[in-house]
Amino acid sequence: MSAAAIELQNLHKSFGKTAIIRGVNLAVAKGERHAIIGPNGAGKSTLFNLISGRFPVTSGAILLNGEDVTRLKPFEINRRGLSRSFQITNIFHRLSVFENIRCAVLWSLGYRYSFWHRLDGLKDARERAESVMQAIGLERRRDTLAGLLSYAEQRALEIGITIAGGADVILLDEPTAGMNRGETAQAVALIRRISQGKTLIMVEHDMSVVFGLADRISVLVYGEVIATDAPGAIRQNKAVQEAYLGQEAAH
Amino acid sequence: MPFAPTRSGDLLRFAPMNVGRWFIWGTTALVMLALPLVFRQGFALTLMSSMGTMIIFALSYNMLLGQSGMLSFGHAVYSGLGAYVAVHTLNLIGKGQIPLPVPLLPLVGGLAGAFFGVLFGYVTTKKSGTTFAMITLGIGEMVFASALMFPAFFGGEGGVSTNRVVPKPFLGITLGPSIQVYYLIALWCFLSMVLMYAWTATPLGRIANAVRDNPERVAFIGYDTQRVRYLTLILSAFFAGIAGALQCINFEIVTAENVSAARSGGPLIAAFVGGVGFFFGPIIGAVIFIFFVVALSDFTKAWQLYLGLFFVLMVMFAPGGIASLIALNLRVLEHGMLARLRWHYLWVLLAGAVTFAGFIAVVEMTYQLNDIAADGKGKVFGIAFDAQTFTPWLVAGTLLVAGGLALRSAWRGFRREWGEIEQTILDRGSA
Repeated sequence: MSAAAIELQNLHKSFGKTAIIRGVNLAVAKGERHAIIGPNGAGKSTLFNLISGRFPVTSGAILLNGEDVTRLKPFEINRRGLSRSFQITNIFHRLSVFENIRCAVLWSLGYRYSFWHRLDGLKDARERAESVMQAIGLERRRDTLAGLLSYAEQRALEIGITIAGGADVILLDEPTAGMNRGETAQAVALIRRISQGKTLIMVEHDMSVVFGLADRISVLVYGEVIATDAPGAIRQNKAVQEAYLGQEAAH
Repeated sequence: MPFAPTRSGDLLRFAPMNVGRWFIWGTTALVMLALPLVFRQGFALTLMSSMGTMIIFALSYNMLLGQSGMLSFGHAVYSGLGAYVAVHTLNLIGKGQIPLPVPLLPLVGGLAGAFFGVLFGYVTTKKSGTTFAMITLGIGEMVFASALMFPAFFGGEGGVSTNRVVPKPFLGITLGPSIQVYYLIALWCFLSMVLMYAWTATPLGRIANAVRDNPERVAFIGYDTQRVRYLTLILSAFFAGIAGALQCINFEIVTAENVSAARSGGPLIAAFVGGVGFFFGPIIGAVIFIFFVVALSDFTKAWQLYLGLFFVLMVMFAPGGIASLIALNLRVLEHGMLARLRWHYLWVLLAGAVTFAGFIAVVEMTYQLNDIAADGKGKVFGIAFDAQTFTPWLVAGTLLVAGGLALRSAWRGFRREWGEIEQTILDRGSA
């Protein structure tokens, strides 16, 4: 069997004396759609920040397709095929939708730091950017400044930037946060489309999204994974119900 | 702030490009060719030559500030050291020890600038934001101090002088007459403008914009933001070095002042006044800046005061610079509403002119009173005055106060109208 897309080995993260992630072990297989759920403050976003290299880990290891990426910088991890989105929209506000996406495809197409190519002459970059815009349904907003898009459109662009480089492991941090029912349904369809044949890990609060999309679910409570299982089994899991779902239902 | 760009991003696209690109570059070249035919005097040539070098310098600065979001307080390090290397090279050419045509000297300056960009940029671009700004300030002071400490290379207080007319001129271009110097500078200026514009539309140039807007995200699309800043700084230093070498050819002397903090302030002022959000902004800014420094300093000793005041007013009322004023007015024109502003503009300009005249009179008279060498007598706008008498003060004070009151009311009217027009345009956009 080939290595897992992502493997976390006894991962720890502390800020000062406060332990946020306390020994997480998790393996996500290639092609799996994996959701991480848990109450606020459980460390879900921190976990993403560790995997993507945004924060240094305190101890433990992160393997990406079998390779140790624990100490690598974000751009090095990205170049190895892992891309992430952000909970708070993180786009290039003063660039157009097209430019946002095109920036995100440049490295993977090998243009690196070139100052001898004319951007508009790069057919492959344009075509890739256009196909991504189509995938996220923003082709009609091609020349609109990213900062002027509606919230739902910005969230779609956020996902577009994340997938544009062709990464095969995609981390989505609360992709439907702040969306209404209709927008959420569209976002779910979008996530389903773009994660075809890829490994997806997402943090999500909306349980209908989680149970509709995920192949497996991990429940993170106070920095520890208390259960990892298929959606049906997670629903039945007593510990999970007590720690999280039951608490939700009580509201 | 009625002139604050509401959509600074679309102003960025407001630059010579696409269909009009060849037309605009062609016109620019023609204007640069034709200018000396219109302004023939030696003074005008010197002025325009200085403007040419300043345009390169300011544009190279804006590669950092406007395009990449790096606020540098030490850009003169690159132009200045480029100028020093150029002046020594020129002296060696003069002695016949280096067989390099003098017109290619700016390339030497550029390479020297890039070399120091590689050296210092490695340190400065490790950081961004305020830290970057502080480090550039520190390196600027360090280089300035070195310039006085190592006279062998920097020439001490007197600097290093040279002669641009070498025994064996290239293709008969002696660079003796200032018209030849002008055309040399114009050529390099044009080349640099085209290249720096082209850079904005390369992968590195666009990623530099992305780093300016959101460095954090750039790291998650595969780019090392440090590397982006570093490479950009090296390229920017290259063009600064070209400007430095042209200054060396123009003035035939390079002193410690060339690497000073004051010199670093020049492109900052030029870029801000012209507009950092536009490619052509710093070009306008450079022309105005040199006008203040060279032309106005001939008329009044208080020119720096006027420059400072102008800078403050621009930053307060038009933070997007002159280029954004042009773009915003063009947008109003596009919507066919510029005519609604014509009377408001007239009143603001009239009242502004009266206020400014009063202000200048007060400044000049104060200057005459405080200048030990002067006797209080002087001239402003060609009118003789004696600052030790009461009447001129009364006149100046009246102008200042009456003008100021009129300006306030005119400005209010202008802002009201402008606000209504903005609203109409917004409504049209959403309809």
